Amino acid sequence: MYRYSEFDKAFLAERNAQFRAQVERRIDGSLTEDEFKPLRLMNGLYLQLHAYMLRVAIPYGTLNSAQMRQLALLAEKWDKGYGHFTTRQNIQYNWPKLRDVPDMLDALAEVGLHAIQTSGNTIRNVTADHFAGAAADEIADPRPYAELLRQWSTDHPEFQFMPRKFKIAITGSEHDRAVIKAHDIGLQLVERDGVLGARVLVGGGLGRTPMIGKELSDFVAFDDLLAYLEATVSVWNQIGRRDNKYKARIKITVHEHGIDAIRAKVNERFLQVRPQFKGADMALLEQIKAHFDPPAFREGSVASFESAFSNDPVFRSWVDTNIAPHKQADHAIVTISLKAHGQTPGDATAEQMRVIADLAEQYAYDELRISHEQNVILPHVHKSDLPAIHARLKEHGLATANIGLISDIIACPGMDYCALATARSIPVAQQIATRFDELKLEHDIGHLKIKISGCINACGHHHVGHIGILGLDRAGVENYQITLGGDATETAAIGDRTGPGFAYDEIVPAIERIIETYLDQRESPEETFLQTYRRVGMAPFKAALYPEARANAA
Amino acid sequence: MARAFAPKVVTANDLLEGDVIYLTADDRWSRDLREAELITDEAHAQLRLLDAQRQVDKIVGAYLADAVAGENGPEPTHFREDFRRTGPSNYAHGKQETSPQPRA
Repeated sequence: MYRYSEFDKAFLAERNAQFRAQVERRIDGSLTEDEFKPLRLMNGLYLQLHAYMLRVAIPYGTLNSAQMRQLALLAEKWDKGYGHFTTRQNIQYNWPKLRDVPDMLDALAEVGLHAIQTSGNTIRNVTADHFAGAAADEIADPRPYAELLRQWSTDHPEFQFMPRKFKIAITGSEHDRAVIKAHDIGLQLVERDGVLGARVLVGGGLGRTPMIGKELSDFVAFDDLLAYLEATVSVWNQIGRRDNKYKARIKITVHEHGIDAIRAKVNERFLQVRPQFKGADMALLEQIKAHFDPPAFREGSVASFESAFSNDPVFRSWVDTNIAPHKQADHAIVTISLKAHGQTPGDATAEQMRVIADLAEQYAYDELRISHEQNVILPHVHKSDLPAIHARLKEHGLATANIGLISDIIACPGMDYCALATARSIPVAQQIATRFDELKLEHDIGHLKIKISGCINACGHHHVGHIGILGLDRAGVENYQITLGGDATETAAIGDRTGPGFAYDEIVPAIERIIETYLDQRESPEETFLQTYRRVGMAPFKAALYPEARANAA
Repeated sequence: MARAFAPKVVTANDLLEGDVIYLTADDRWSRDLREAELITDEAHAQLRLLDAQRQVDKIVGAYLADAVAGENGPEPTHFREDFRRTGPSNYAHGKQETSPQPRA
């Protein structure tokens, strides 16, 4: 866990003091909104439909219990008692008042958190595999490098006014839990001849022009990686299109110039940039690494776990869905679901945040992660502690056993909060989860990712959902398009549109018809929705969704 | 023939609170859409929008939103404006939390 240096603390204090003065000047009328807006966005403050919104970065999704408690305090003191965890490992407060925001930022700084570059045309919060440092399948913990990237990108003088925002994700595993192929730059740690480095992907992204990232380099050693990334962002910063917001992201630059031309430009720029990196970055990385030393894993019998697993079916069901293998065989990774059926995906109350913080402190070596799938993770738990954790979670509505299942839905805030949205997402997610809970089909359906966005910008990752739902405004009425076959992992794919969209009151029945078709078509209960879709294709789903079209064709 | 002008209200967000407000005929900002001035003349609408946009130390992002005359005052024609005058649908927060208070 990275601990701020005196330099970091002084930097953040100065930034917060500057913003406090900017807010005062806005309130006393010395700054117009046009002047103030870029300043507030640089500090994570948006104005949404009903109120301001403060977006706080959770760098590479890592928190300790003190930080989680502080997030709870902000929710209680300056918001309506809850926070919303997002698909980019941020937390959003939906109801702050302008005058309170400087105090909120100061409170965050007390625990080493900030909202810098959570908006604007800058390099945003660097996201990482939420199982980082714990996963059994990881080559190395990607978070030290992510922290290096955070320090490099924060206030980077060349990268403050880019053509558009820029998002980086990093993973240490072959199996991609960080959606690296849908980021402007995706990094996968790889080892070659005993040297640690990264495979660099570029030009992925969702939004109105979804693209899967392309390989820029199959290996860049850590020694050269920062210079290589600086060269990449620099090339785009110069040739990326500033004439058209919708063509400004690097995915369009890569698409228009071709990956080979971009690679040639990056290599050329790299040769210029490289001499500026004289090894200070590597010295810093070594220092940072020491902050991420794995905890001293405790030893002990797992007999109490085995016994609870055999005797308590509710506990067993939770273990089956919410527990992932840890690199230490007697430990486990616990995913705490923020997707209780009928609740808002990603929302946690202040009380729930405190319970989670307590559990992290008591059982998980004081570590927490936030996933892009809007859940919270206890990354290191000795298996004998699982029954006690489960019991505490149950008391606070946090023991839903649904990770990776149909109700573990990603949903953006949609038109319930967001000024850009064209339709609501949250109630659609709530209704789908409630409906399949009533049908008691969730566990039978098995592994299935539904992702919902309330506009074309795709914060809800709908393109890479096994079932994607996109809410649009069609002639003044909410309308929902469905895509099938998307995939957010190392086998990433953009989903295919089924056809015309569905009205608000038709979307849940439409999802039900898709699920009925899958259950009917699958070869065995082991064949997942995605596997079935890849085998049988769109036709049977289309027939179920649009029976009238088939009737007309007959 | 030009299309008939759809009636409008002037709406914005409050600078300090961030919540949704509407311009009234007597130059106040109200939290309640029903108190808004329903503007049926296009030229007058542009003037009222300018009146609003001048108030940079009070409001943010003024614009003209479509509305129609209802029994108790203007009503929205689009679902976005319907949400803005009410609040989110997942919690009873925003304007549905308390009855809208007129504001000086």
